[in-house]
This record gives sequence, structure tokens and C-alpha cells, in this order.
Amino acid sequence: MAEKKLMKGNEALAEGAVRAGCRFFAGYPITPQNEVPEYMSWRLPEVGGSFVQAESEVSAINMIYGAAATGVRCMTSSSSPGISLKQEGISYCAGADLPFFYANVVRGGPGLGNIAGAQGDYFQSTRGGGHGDYKVFVMAPDSVNEMANFPRKCYEVAFKYRVPSMVLADGIIGQMMEPVEFKDHEIDVEKLPKLDWNLGIADGREKRIVNSYDLAEGMLEKMVLARLKKYKEIEEKEVMYEEKQLDDAEIIIVAYGTSARVSLAAIKMARDKGIKVGLFRPITLWPYPKKRLSELTDKVKHFLSVEMSTGQMIEDVRLSLNGKAKTYLHSKPGGSIMAAEDVLKTIEAISKKGAKEHATIK
Amino acid sequence: MYQGIRISGFGGQGVISAGILLAYSGMVEGKNVSFFPSYGAEMRGGTANCSVVISSDEVTTPIVSVPDTVMVFNEPSLTKFEPLVKPGGLLIVNSSLIKSKVKRTDIKVLYVPCNKIADELGNAKIMNMVALGAFAANTGALSVDDIINTLPKVYKKLKPELIELNSKALRKGAEVLLN
Repeated sequence: MAEKKLMKGNEALAEGAVRAGCRFFAGYPITPQNEVPEYMSWRLPEVGGSFVQAESEVSAINMIYGAAATGVRCMTSSSSPGISLKQEGISYCAGADLPFFYANVVRGGPGLGNIAGAQGDYFQSTRGGGHGDYKVFVMAPDSVNEMANFPRKCYEVAFKYRVPSMVLADGIIGQMMEPVEFKDHEIDVEKLPKLDWNLGIADGREKRIVNSYDLAEGMLEKMVLARLKKYKEIEEKEVMYEEKQLDDAEIIIVAYGTSARVSLAAIKMARDKGIKVGLFRPITLWPYPKKRLSELTDKVKHFLSVEMSTGQMIEDVRLSLNGKAKTYLHSKPGGSIMAAEDVLKTIEAISKKGAKEHATIK
Repeated sequence: MYQGIRISGFGGQGVISAGILLAYSGMVEGKNVSFFPSYGAEMRGGTANCSVVISSDEVTTPIVSVPDTVMVFNEPSLTKFEPLVKPGGLLIVNSSLIKSKVKRTDIKVLYVPCNKIADELGNAKIMNMVALGAFAANTGALSVDDIINTLPKVYKKLKPELIELNSKALRKGAEVLLN
């Protein structure tokens, strides 16, 4: 077993990406993700990779477009306002079927917002984010250890399906320190399988074109539908979630990231009071674990979405439950974290059947 | 076993490094740990604080809203954190810089002249270690030796004589006990 290291979430994410084969990073500083580029700036040269501090987010994402087109494992990261600036480029990458990995260490929004951790970018991440019909594979870590180990999965999915993939973390996961254990061996980039679509020195092979358009009549529709087929396969095969204490649960909390951690504390308190609560934690936010949530309604009729936003993921919870159970929201927006004691109050209200459906209970 | 800790003081008093050292020591001792700093517009002279959890079970929330133990290094920190201490919990007050007395009667209070002890040892910068020593001796969450053994792991570039000085501060702090 590898020795445990105490690492900051952002540093663990960067190290995890390098171990997963990342050899090019372009980014621009913004709190609370600055440790990612800082780490990459010295770590990538150690493994023969390149780090660029671009002059802007827009520049950085277009460098990623270029790097991804060569087939290299590349990465960018930012926090909410910076990710918004990158959306045009992300859409172009999705439209050109380019695999790459990025991270959004979310802060309070909209606009400049604040620098505290938040979950207000759920819609942006899970619905594509930029223009056009596309999706991004989204993983939501709830610990520093997951920050360390998720980049590998993100690269695997990105290259298997040729889609962008991302880690959606919040400022708290990015800034906190916890013990880390890297589960897998470091990837030897020389041994990665050869690609049949990337650009480089043609050397007699047939011409390859990487772009996000085809103006011939009906061609774009074909391209979009081909991509839809990939998305359906991802929805079929790549869903990840975690369940805790669901066996006897009468109320299920649905939460991701830091909200899931706080919810666990609240669940402990509630169980001490005899209220049977469990946790369902989506690990992939797209694809969302709809099927499993729907199955759970056979036994459980009360689902509480706990979010550091005004209530975004709850829409996916409702779509998944499809009216078969009641949904409730505990919301804490604006870059602040809910207290477990307050989540407990919401649980108690639901348990007493006094909570109005869909109501926010502070 | 669960210890939720908050440490707060001026930026530059070693609030963050004390927190990291505690978390690291807990990890070395096989406990589950987390550390979370206040971050962003922090600066020397401003206020900084951090949350540390040391637990034999899985760590749930890394932000300690109802701490078992609070260490305050300056006056504004006392005002902010005194109300948060869990009833029956421990408040360690740096009495060298904090002249106010704790008003609450439902918590244990330990006044430690951290700066005075550090000055007597010859280096004001190690006042945070004095507080950690008092924390270890009075909570039992970790032993002073656990923390001393971890020092070279966290501060890899620290000269042996400074490791020794920090260790002395930890031991001095551990001599201050609750009545």
C-alpha cells in the first residue's frame, strides 16, 4: 500500500492528472483553484510536459483545442467566472469530438460573486455549458482522495468516447487537506494506445481534419446524431454513485461534493434521534444516476436534495423520480456552506410530515 | 474518538501551520483527519482561522461549526469563536495578547501565555507550538510526542536546532494544565 500523503484538494487533482498522463496544461489564475496551475507549473516540466500561463481564459481554452487535436492528454482548470469564459472553446472541442479534461473549482456566483465554495454551476456543467447540442462527462468528488483519483477516470472516458470530461469540485474540496492515496500506477504516456484521428506529422497517411462543422446539407444533423449515440452509450455504461445507510432509510438525502459530507454529519445526528435517513451521492452528475434513483422509490417516498445553490440538482432528482416520491430542498446559495445542525432540522420537519413539498426549509 | 478544532489569530501567528501540523500528526497516528483554512484575502496582520478534524471514524464535514476545542491567539478571535465552543468543550486563550476574560461558564477555559513562553524560549514565532502543546496535554486527542515526531515530516527543510526549539515549545505548553 502506498504511503498516505496529506494534500490540498487542488494539488491532489493536479498530481492525479499528471499520473493519468496529462502532459499539457494551459490556464489563467483565479481563486479558489490557484494551486492547480501553481502545482502544474513545476510538476509538468518534471515529466517532460508543458505548462502555459495564458494571457486569458479564452486563450487557455483555445490552446487546449490545439493540444487536444494532437491527441495529447491535456488539461485546463478554473473557477466559475473563468469557466464561463471558456465555454465557447469547450463547445468547439465537443463539436470537434476532442477529448480533454478540465476542472471547475466552483465559487459563489453569478458574476464575480465571491471566492467561497459553492455549487451554483450545476446547470452549466450538466447541460453542456456552451452553445449547441452536447454533453460533458462530469464527476463530482467529495474528498481530496477523490480529487486525486478522478482525473484518471475522466481521461479514460474522454478518450474512449472522444468527449470533454470534467471534475466539478467546490472551493471547499479544492482548499481542504486530507490524506491521499493514489490507487493506480502512474500511466506511461509512451505506452498509451495509438489514436486514429489525431493531428501531427502526416508522413504519407491519409489527410485528417479536425473541426466542428460541415456545411453540406444534412451533415451537421448526422454529426449531432452520431454524438447523441455516444452520449446514450455513456448514459448506459458510465454512471457512478455511492449509497450509504439506505437499507432501512425512510428519507433519502441526495447530495454531491461538500453538501454530501455535511449531509453525512446530519444523518448521524438524525439516526441518533431515531430518524432513519440515508445518503444517495451521485458521483457522475452527467450521466446522472436516474435509473437507480427511480428504483429506490419502490421503498422510499421522501427525497431531500441538499445543495449549495438555490436548487439546481433537485430538477434531476425530480426527473429521476418522475412523480413517484416527494422531493424537498435544503438550499444554501451564495458561497456559503450549510450547517449539519440546519440540515437536521429539515430532516426532522420531513420526518414529522410537516414539510411542504418542494419547500426550502432553512 | 472525535475532535473538532478551530484555531484563530492574526495572519502570521502560525494559525494555518499549526492546523496542518495537527492534521498531519493525526494522520500519522492512523486517525482520519481533515484541515480546512480560511482562504482568499488573508494577509499578515489580518485574521486567519482554520478547522481541523481528528477522528477514529470517517470525517464528515471538514468545517467545524461546533468545535470541541478552540485555540484563540488574538482578541478579535476570542469575540468570534467563544460563542461557538461546544458546551463542555475547551477554549485555549493566548493570555499574552488577550486581556479579556471568557464570559461563558459552560466550557473549560485554559489561559496560556503563549507569547511569553515563546519569548522565554527565545523565539516569538513558536507561540503556536506552545498552544498545540497545551491542546495535546489537556485533550488527549494526540500526545505531545506524536506532534514532535511529526514536525520533521511536515517541515522537511527545517534545521534540526529549530525542530528542537519547536519541540521545547510544545513541551512547555504541555505543562499548562487545567485545574
